[in-house]
Amino acid sequence: MSSIKKAFENGKAFIAFVTCGDPDLETTKKIVKAAAENGADIIELGIPFSDPTAEGPVIQGANLRALSAGTTTDKVFDLVNELKEDVKIPLVFMTYANVVFSYGTERFIRKCKETDIAGIIIPDLPFEEKEEFLPVCHEYEIDLVSLIAPTSENRIAMIAKEAEGFIYIVSSLGVTGVRSEINTDLNSIVKMVRENTDVPCAIGFGISTPEQAKKMADISDGAIVGSAIVKLIAQYGKDAPSHVGEYVKSMKDAIR
Amino acid sequence: MTNKQGRFGIHGGQYIPETLMNAVIELEEAYEHYKNDEEFNRELSTLFNEYAGRPSRLYYAKKMTEDLGGAKIYLKREDLNHTGAHKINNVLGQALLAKKMGKTRLIAETGAGQHGVATATAAALMGMECVVFMGEEDTKRQALNVYRMRLLGAEVIPVTTGTATLKDAVSEAMREWTSRIADTHYCLGSVMGPHPFPTIVRDFQAVISKEIKEQMLEKEGRLPDAVVACVGGGSNAIGSFYHFIEDKDVRLIGCEAAGRGIDTFETAATIATGKLGIFHGMKSYFCQDEYGQIAPVYSISAGLDYPGVGPEHAHLHDIGRAEYVPVTDEEAVNAFEYLAKTEGIIPAIESSHAVAHAMKLAPQLDKDKIMVITISGRGDKDCAAIARYRGEDIHE
Repeated sequence: MSSIKKAFENGKAFIAFVTCGDPDLETTKKIVKAAAENGADIIELGIPFSDPTAEGPVIQGANLRALSAGTTTDKVFDLVNELKEDVKIPLVFMTYANVVFSYGTERFIRKCKETDIAGIIIPDLPFEEKEEFLPVCHEYEIDLVSLIAPTSENRIAMIAKEAEGFIYIVSSLGVTGVRSEINTDLNSIVKMVRENTDVPCAIGFGISTPEQAKKMADISDGAIVGSAIVKLIAQYGKDAPSHVGEYVKSMKDAIR
Repeated sequence: MTNKQGRFGIHGGQYIPETLMNAVIELEEAYEHYKNDEEFNRELSTLFNEYAGRPSRLYYAKKMTEDLGGAKIYLKREDLNHTGAHKINNVLGQALLAKKMGKTRLIAETGAGQHGVATATAAALMGMECVVFMGEEDTKRQALNVYRMRLLGAEVIPVTTGTATLKDAVSEAMREWTSRIADTHYCLGSVMGPHPFPTIVRDFQAVISKEIKEQMLEKEGRLPDAVVACVGGGSNAIGSFYHFIEDKDVRLIGCEAAGRGIDTFETAATIATGKLGIFHGMKSYFCQDEYGQIAPVYSISAGLDYPGVGPEHAHLHDIGRAEYVPVTDEEAVNAFEYLAKTEGIIPAIESSHAVAHAMKLAPQLDKDKIMVITISGRGDKDCAAIARYRGEDIHE
């Protein structure tokens, strides 16, 4: 069983996202440790990209700050290598297709394996294009996480049937970012997913409060939070680790 | 030349968020239906002829030909189209398609503003809502076009992210489309982005080469020896090349914006300096660093200031069917002034890149050779910027 699937075995999962290198890689390291110690079940590590077309202003800002601070894919791999001693929960990468492709897909995925990365989420890689990376991911046993959106409708079964690791259900239309309300009929999406696979599914996009997280985790297998954490990091900078830790604890407590 | 997922050789594809997949599939299905629909084609050609002023002239540039002393030069006058550029061909096609699909709102990106103006025009004509994303830097370079779009009833949203130019406008339009799909069509302005856009835009622009071929056969009784066009994303170039691709004796030459030179960082010459990558929904060549971060490109021409190139051009380059050459700001500005003085035609600074290369090439060719230069747009919009380039400050 993949380590990702196992992470869903302790009740509802809380999945935290951070952009690597925002404000610097040393702080990212502390943030990841704090999140793991405070109950995060999986952590998504964003490798910054210059033009993150699926992100709202908050994570766009984090990408730019990380790149300005000199973050590179190689430095992110070094960070993950250092983290693997202390952090035992699954770490997955979230980055754009060009970051993987330009590094050399083989080389990138092999390094994921070497550094114990469990999976990878590529928001600009839909089902139709997954062959770009999937054969290499399978060779190195890295889960390629699929996304399902409110507009997926007739595509849900097809995507769910071939899903691995976990399924990332996008809660709303649009890009990442905090939302006051989520209006999608997520119950029926989750139902269709479950009819087609036993791979767990978690909901992300727009979740910031413990109440929202609980609501989302109640109808699925977990909640994913990105922008709300990135906002804390933007606000507290190098002092962010303890704040993120506290926040993760409150979120995990809410969905437990 | 495309297969099921819109590949041109290894290029193209659909590298977009899942949220947009059903939208592009719906678009592809609608296009596959309407492209062979008689009524659609009749309506479109009426719009082309009665509204946009097609066919555009193929003009023999006698003075230029004599002055350069080589190949006989014809200018394909897309600058004479309504709204002043080739962009209207694609926009009328897409707006009509969107209308048939039941969409009521068009969104678009724009660089120089020509595509934005064309989209705003089509939206006004067809009674649709219109929102145009334009890099803030470009809203300053092309203030007149911002005013024209607003006059036509469009909302112009200045984009401040990244380099605040064309690529950021594309990113922002994509983000907007992700958030509002049901009533909105993304009227993409070039032969780029995810399938089916490179094919749809090419088909609507292919009227350019269809006409060149007919007009050339009528005037000269034979095909030209070379067709020269500027390339940013590459829509006027693919439009100019398309019906000649199978005519292997016709040289197809795309002119990229080299900015301050391809040996500097201030360039937008993708085929000269880029490498294979995946961005804005397509696999193609992109200006990028070793980690795949997209480069902040530069050109004096807002319309060519883009870090990628359409996938069909990337493929034509791979198979050696088309040649791509870099042209600097300085060469383009010289050509802008040259064509104004020689033929009384002020070309867009984008098109001036093609004129500049033709000025180098024509004298090397024999007098019995024939060359066509596509003048993709008119240069009125560029006068203030070119004056500034020459150190003269004029107010628009």
